[in-house]
Amino acid sequence: MNKELKILAIIVILVGITYWGIEPYAHSKMHPHHEPATFKYEDLKALNLKGDPQRGAQAIQNNGCTGCHSIKAAGIPAPMDPVSASASYGVNPPDLSNIAAVVDKKFLANFIKHPVKAAKLEHKFGSSKPYPMPDFFGSDQDLADIVAYLESIAKPQDPRGAFKVACGRCHDLRYDGWTVIGQKPKFKNEIEKAEFELKKAKYEANLKNYLGTTPPDLSMYIRSRGPEYIRDFVEDPQKLLHGTAMPRVGLTEAATEEVIKHLEHVGDRKKEKRDHLGIWVLAYFVILSVLAYLWKEKIWREVH
Amino acid sequence: MAHFTKANSVYDWLDQRLALTKLWKVLAAEYWIPKNINFLWAMGVVLMTMFTILVISGIFLLMYYKPDTKLAFDSVNYTIMQEVWFGWLWRHMHAVAASVVFLVIYIHMFTGIYYASYKRGREMIWISGMLLFVTFSAEAFSGYMLPWGQMSYWAAQVITNLFGGIPFIGDELVIWIRGNFYVSDPTLTRFFMLHVFLLPIIIMMLIGFHFYTLRIPHVNNQDGEDIDFDAEAEKYKAGLKKESKVIPFWPVFLSKDFFVLSVFMIFYFYLVFYHYDFAMDPINFDPADPMKTPPHIYPEWYFLWSYEVLRGFFFDVGPLSAMDMGLIAFGIANIIFFFLPWFDKDPTVAPADRRGGFFFWFWLMVIDMIVLTIWGKLPPTGINAYIGYLAAVGFLALWAALPALTGGRKGLLWLVILVTALLYIFGYMEYTKALGNGFVITVTFLIFYLLFFLSPVMVKAKGGAQ
Repeated sequence: MNKELKILAIIVILVGITYWGIEPYAHSKMHPHHEPATFKYEDLKALNLKGDPQRGAQAIQNNGCTGCHSIKAAGIPAPMDPVSASASYGVNPPDLSNIAAVVDKKFLANFIKHPVKAAKLEHKFGSSKPYPMPDFFGSDQDLADIVAYLESIAKPQDPRGAFKVACGRCHDLRYDGWTVIGQKPKFKNEIEKAEFELKKAKYEANLKNYLGTTPPDLSMYIRSRGPEYIRDFVEDPQKLLHGTAMPRVGLTEAATEEVIKHLEHVGDRKKEKRDHLGIWVLAYFVILSVLAYLWKEKIWREVH
Repeated sequence: MAHFTKANSVYDWLDQRLALTKLWKVLAAEYWIPKNINFLWAMGVVLMTMFTILVISGIFLLMYYKPDTKLAFDSVNYTIMQEVWFGWLWRHMHAVAASVVFLVIYIHMFTGIYYASYKRGREMIWISGMLLFVTFSAEAFSGYMLPWGQMSYWAAQVITNLFGGIPFIGDELVIWIRGNFYVSDPTLTRFFMLHVFLLPIIIMMLIGFHFYTLRIPHVNNQDGEDIDFDAEAEKYKAGLKKESKVIPFWPVFLSKDFFVLSVFMIFYFYLVFYHYDFAMDPINFDPADPMKTPPHIYPEWYFLWSYEVLRGFFFDVGPLSAMDMGLIAFGIANIIFFFLPWFDKDPTVAPADRRGGFFFWFWLMVIDMIVLTIWGKLPPTGINAYIGYLAAVGFLALWAALPALTGGRKGLLWLVILVTALLYIFGYMEYTKALGNGFVITVTFLIFYLLFFLSPVMVKAKGGAQ
């Protein structure tokens, strides 16, 4: 018996070393260490002014925001449909109703003021290729009022809602029926289907032209990247994928967690079941091992 | 014609026609295994179980899988993983078993090497086992392609490309294997056929053959003792169970296997449910994209050692490019284990710890293969390139040294060690660019390969028995 345990120990050690080498160690070499996300957006300056939502509602109109953005919560419709908007701007400008529910307040103010800097897209946009959303030239008080207004109308988002607001205009999530132009509807006939697909294709072509690449479908990202990577990536894409066309979107930590929860629900729907069933299967084999050991002892007593 | 009587039971009726009692005796109840064994002797049954799991889970997956580059990824990751009742379980079991089966194969193989179970009449056991290793490798490679993820695609691209290194016919061969100029839909469908039909059939036949090869020379034991199986079996049947050196396959041998298997299953299912990333690489959950090369391409862990033998040669040698040098070594690495019974010139059947220098050879080989495996995954930059070279040359050198070591030819052994040391020094000079690709290193490699190919032929077996 001692000899058998010795052999087992040697095998466990050798397998352990090999495993350590090809998994944790090799991966630490392939993916250099980075600081985990803090969601503090420390490179941005806080706007220390108290905003008034009512004046903000006015300021939004005065500064021309609704020339491109819809605010459905306030009954302001989109000036263009998504496909035409993408043809003009590259991507459909977001509806502003719930933007403050997922985006950090400080980031939002900074983004409105100077989008390219907040989004960390200086490598893609500048005077020769202007960003579709212009810098804000109003007063800081106006800015604070607008942010206060957006906060006042924003409704808390569930995981799916957070995904739609934060990611849904660039990324498909086909395992959830989500496309960059919205949830895929039930088609009554082939014509509707073809029309929808044509719209989607046009939107995607515009998007590709704008970003230089088609943003990936995120259905399996929970398995291919894992929650930690997604969390750190969303906070600052340039840090993990230098030169990427993806803007920093300024999500709050809570909203990022909601997005991850949705990706987990869509890409790894059976996780709970897996975790639960696993315990029972392991328990079964533990009991079986005990019984098998007793049986073996009984049989071998006769031959030893 | 045999004599048939009126049967008094269904069993009797069948027994008269199929000789069930006799069959059971031959296969199990009177199939004799040495008593002096440890749990490593259970790996065969563990492997058989893993293969059965692979076949059964594979059948369930096959019912929903779609071998089409447009559908494959979603049929696996959506239909099977999310829609089909317990499809996720079958997929996890299949993927993890495919990986773990190689761990057990390597343990099984090195058990055979340690206890010298490949010679003195056991050569065919060893060879049929190696044939199984090769077909399992092909099965694993073809299976890894099926989910059509990023690594499925790029591993297929890189591995099929290796055949291009074969002189004269290489380029045409690559196209023939792929069924196209690049890895694409016909490649997927033909590897699908190989994976679900041809290779499993070959594996099943080889398993039967592997079992059969055990019949005449019998299973080895912990001390390499030459047992008279007939005499010991008679003792056992006469009731001298404690004195006999053998046990029947059923129930004595299997009762122990069953225990080992149950414990192994705890480990296996722990991996299936809670720790599967090593077997289901996250990168393969990105759909295949021929336009986007992943920053790191590497095979599954069980191919890493031979992959590193390929990559280890990082500089040109005389007329041969680094790639050619790698391919030669890679080709050797993939078939060399077949020839172990003829590289080992010592007829003694005993565990390695009683075989002098062979004990060190064994552990050096194990360490070298672990180093190759780890460095096969690390990016081959900086000093890693040289370490890979050390381990790759070391692998070949161990084989070159084996005939001299086991044949008691000390002078030859020192010559192999000297030439290897020179290759290490010259390789370091190539690494630091202190030495250009020159005449000296070309000649040293030539001598090295001469030693490698000539020693197993020229060195005589000790004691003349073979």
